[in-house]
Amino acid sequence: MAIKQLTVFVENKQGTVVSITDTLSKHNINLRALSIAETQDFGILRLIVNDEATAEKILKKEGYLIKITDVVGVKISDEPGKLSEALKVLDENKINIEYLYAFMARTEKHAYVVIRVENNAAAETALANAGFKIVTEADVDKL
Amino acid sequence: MAQNYYQKEIETMPIEEMRKLQSEKLVKQVKHVYENVPYYKKLMDEKGVKPEDIKGIDDLHKLPFLSKADLRDAYPYGLLAKPLDDCVRIQSTSGTTGRRVVAFYTQNDVDLWEDCCARAIVAAGGTKSDVCQVAYGYGLFTGGPGLNGGSHKVGCLTLPMSSGNTERQIQFMTDLNATILCCTPSYAAYIGETLKEQGYKPEDIPLKAGIFGAEPWTEEMRRGIEEVLGIKAYDIYGLTETTGPGVSFECSEQTGMHVNEDHFYAEIIDPDTGEVLPEGSKGELVFTSLDKEAFPLLRYRTRDICVLSRKKCSCGRTLVKMAKPMGRTDDMLIIRGVNVFPSQIETVLLNEGYQPNYQIIVDRVKNTDTFEINVEMTPEKFTDKVSNIIAMEKALANAMKAMLGINPAIHLVAPKTIARSEGKAVRVIDKRKLV
Repeated sequence: MAIKQLTVFVENKQGTVVSITDTLSKHNINLRALSIAETQDFGILRLIVNDEATAEKILKKEGYLIKITDVVGVKISDEPGKLSEALKVLDENKINIEYLYAFMARTEKHAYVVIRVENNAAAETALANAGFKIVTEADVDKL
Repeated sequence: MAQNYYQKEIETMPIEEMRKLQSEKLVKQVKHVYENVPYYKKLMDEKGVKPEDIKGIDDLHKLPFLSKADLRDAYPYGLLAKPLDDCVRIQSTSGTTGRRVVAFYTQNDVDLWEDCCARAIVAAGGTKSDVCQVAYGYGLFTGGPGLNGGSHKVGCLTLPMSSGNTERQIQFMTDLNATILCCTPSYAAYIGETLKEQGYKPEDIPLKAGIFGAEPWTEEMRRGIEEVLGIKAYDIYGLTETTGPGVSFECSEQTGMHVNEDHFYAEIIDPDTGEVLPEGSKGELVFTSLDKEAFPLLRYRTRDICVLSRKKCSCGRTLVKMAKPMGRTDDMLIIRGVNVFPSQIETVLLNEGYQPNYQIIVDRVKNTDTFEINVEMTPEKFTDKVSNIIAMEKALANAMKAMLGINPAIHLVAPKTIARSEGKAVRVIDKRKLV
């Protein structure tokens, strides 16, 4: 069920992120969501794209260190308190969140949250049981 | 394992007898040098030493040292001890760290050098039935000519490949069933990787042994080469100034290199005071050529940091053993008062599963040395979690601390951002302004 996230190791150097996004756009890869975690030395760029296999191939060819990670995508309605509800479900199930980021859909009144946990299946089951819609790869492609 | 020797009498000579032989040779050599090399005569006169003061090896410490700087000063003929008419060959260093060194050889010098290489080949199991592929460079560099000559002396079928053209190396190796490979360890690793990529399994490769030297390499690198080529890998040491490869060589025990001390007498000295240190001490390796005629260096400081051992060796050789050099006095760093050798850093990186590609950055901030090491992240270790990467940096810093005694800050950087060694990478950036 999990969705695929592209994870790219980036050095804290001017122009690194733009050269990645440039490369992707040249190959018609569309970004759905993006987040950067950074430390003093390096950053980790996390991307949800429409075609992760192609994106991985072209970035590898450019010499980037890249990895595909399974993450949980969950669709929540765009209203106050909804994200908290989802996170409470994970908390109650003692599922620890490594990181998360969210993005809005262009047309629908929904937000999408990307969550990285240790056990994707457990998180998905817990969220689905609580009535949340789990996002699939097919859903991402349609966005 | 049955032992073969190329020159058994010398290689297994009782230590007292060897010392007597060395003493006789030294007395003659000092006289030869004093009478024929004005540069050396001047050095000895300045120190107040006369040839008659040297009655044996026990007096060696009275002689002045020679350093690389002397060789540069005396370039090209200043240390030549024979008329050019008697010389048949030169070899030379690459000259990357300054003016090149040119070493001269008489026919006897070439012969003793090739004997030394032959001893190394036999110690690695070589016989006249072997096919010996020499993939060191041929030319001014001593690697190719030295092993080529040694291989002839043993009677191996010699493949004088020189370095490079890996496709052709592999073709000759497999078509002609090469059993011994001589080259630099990094080239051996490269040939191994290429064979693997082409689908060769170690058991399909005809090689049984390799003799690798001319650059520093670690035990971890040895294991990698042995595994991928399905061979036993032997170390060989030498320097153009002394003769070339074969000054010392490894035997089946693989616990250090036997010095061909009937030709090259080894000492370990304190690099700061010049004092000779007892067996087992770590210090700078110094060589005295006992037999060389054309270019006989006395007490030449190699800058290699090393340890000598006379522990009994299971191979039966009595020749003193030198450890793999632990670094060089000229690339040794003193950080917060601790001696740090880049080779130690390389060992830790290989142990911890990183590429041996790094850059050391030393600076001084508020009178304290800062010590940072940039290391390339590997695809195997890369993860999407920041906390894991920070933990990796800490683990690597701890491993460095265990080896070096001081704690560096580790920075993981993107792959291939630190230049590879072919391009003479700058391994150390020392920003301290200490003068």
